Amino acid sequence: MSVPGEFVAKSLAIAQMELKKLFRDPTELFSRAVQPVLWLAVFGQVFSRVRGIPIGSVGYLAFMTPGILAQSVLFAAIFYGIAVIWERDLGVIHKLLVSPCPRSALVFGKAVSAGVRGLVQAAIIYLLALVMHIPLRTDPLAVLGVLSAVVLGSALFATFSLIIACIVKTRERFMGIGQVLTMPLFFASNAIYPLALMPPWLRVVAGFNPLTYLVDALRALMIAGAPASHSLVANFLVLTVVFVLFVIVAARLYPTLVE
Amino acid sequence: MQQATKPGGHAIETTGLTRRFGTLTAVDHIDLTVEYGGIFGLLGPNGAGKSTLIKMLTTLLKPSEGTARVAGFDIVAAPAEVRRRIGYVPQLLSADGALSGIENLTLSARLYGLSGAALKPRIDEALRYMGLADAAEQLVKRYSGGMIRRLELAQAMLHRPAILFLDEPTIGLDPVACLSVWDRLRALNREHGMTILMTSHFMDEVDELCDVVAILHQGRMAACGSPAQLKAVVGEAASMTDVFTHFSGGRLDEDEGGFRDIRRTRITAKRLG
Repeated sequence: MSVPGEFVAKSLAIAQMELKKLFRDPTELFSRAVQPVLWLAVFGQVFSRVRGIPIGSVGYLAFMTPGILAQSVLFAAIFYGIAVIWERDLGVIHKLLVSPCPRSALVFGKAVSAGVRGLVQAAIIYLLALVMHIPLRTDPLAVLGVLSAVVLGSALFATFSLIIACIVKTRERFMGIGQVLTMPLFFASNAIYPLALMPPWLRVVAGFNPLTYLVDALRALMIAGAPASHSLVANFLVLTVVFVLFVIVAARLYPTLVE
Repeated sequence: MQQATKPGGHAIETTGLTRRFGTLTAVDHIDLTVEYGGIFGLLGPNGAGKSTLIKMLTTLLKPSEGTARVAGFDIVAAPAEVRRRIGYVPQLLSADGALSGIENLTLSARLYGLSGAALKPRIDEALRYMGLADAAEQLVKRYSGGMIRRLELAQAMLHRPAILFLDEPTIGLDPVACLSVWDRLRALNREHGMTILMTSHFMDEVDELCDVVAILHQGRMAACGSPAQLKAVVGEAASMTDVFTHFSGGRLDEDEGGFRDIRRTRITAKRLG
């Protein structure tokens, strides 16, 4: 088998089994739907009465819907690494690492399954938007773009989570770090307010936050006439480059899980 | 079934193999030669360095010093070649409980590069060989401890490794399950020509299975030979337990067997219960 062929085949083997496990016990998928409902139906409803947020001609609810999708993608993916710590405690990782499967494929396979899992978040948000009469773009290309961005964003943050898991190695520390990271990532992004509204230092921080680019891409793809800071191409490029870098780092760190 | 490939030379050969963790030397200049074809037992009290040694030989851990060749390849220079030729069953129960037996096997087979027409016959054979054909579709979390161990052996034999590494293969199993695992290990060794290196705390198991035994103590090799040879050294009518006690210091070492070791053993035992 060629090297790229081997990489793809083995990544898919990992992804497929991960997804089998996920859909066998989908409770987690549904519990992940609660938070976006709260954000849109409660926070969004209230804040849509505030007229001072410079978001152009679109309503605030429409403005924040892509942000909440990005947030739910982030929150679902950022705890993905806990599964690896669990697998480490069980010895599953030891066995995988003794196999001739490339480490990058072990990581990429997990990222792919996290990406597919993220699609469930997209479905939830679309459903909510429909119920709440939030006007979203429905042309197939735009929806396809949204789904691609969601897969990429989920894979990116899940890989980030794997990196954290490889560094902290225990469940307790991982949960602590996960809690500490999610909110700053969320608030230092354009998810629920535009970059223009931020103080300059925060705008700089947001510029280093991959979530900003995910939100920007989703916003352009979900809402007609939404204000965008970067082009779609630039957003996808940033997300892809960061994702690839994360996969390389995670593949490097993966073997340290069992040392 | 074809025999596992046997490149020339020794199955395992280490020279001055050493691993340090900070100031602790877990494995201290081990020179070890394991020939193809036998069952080799690695004994020693908790913390003697068995797991660290196995981790190095299976390419999970890089040595601090010294070299080792496994199945003809250097563990540092050619880890991928080593991995292709070995199978590994960790001490912890590494089969995935949320997947069925056949799904666990399919994943292993695909990670070892088996695909297409070669996949199913190998999996069916491994299931039959380990007496799991009827339980193939069940989720592994419903398996008994002995069944999980046999599934792991099935996973480890799929790619016909030349050498099989087992870390405490019967820990926590009831006597009947032990017998079934021993029986399958012997079969893999005799019928498939797999060289087996296993650690154990269980002296009956060592007596029953191993052709050659090495005893580690504080990271060093305290003794190496056939069970009969070692017993002869210790004294007339000595048992394996006497041999173990004789070469591993013969006292309770307070500094050995850290919290982690004990916790891990207990977790494994609990999952099997």
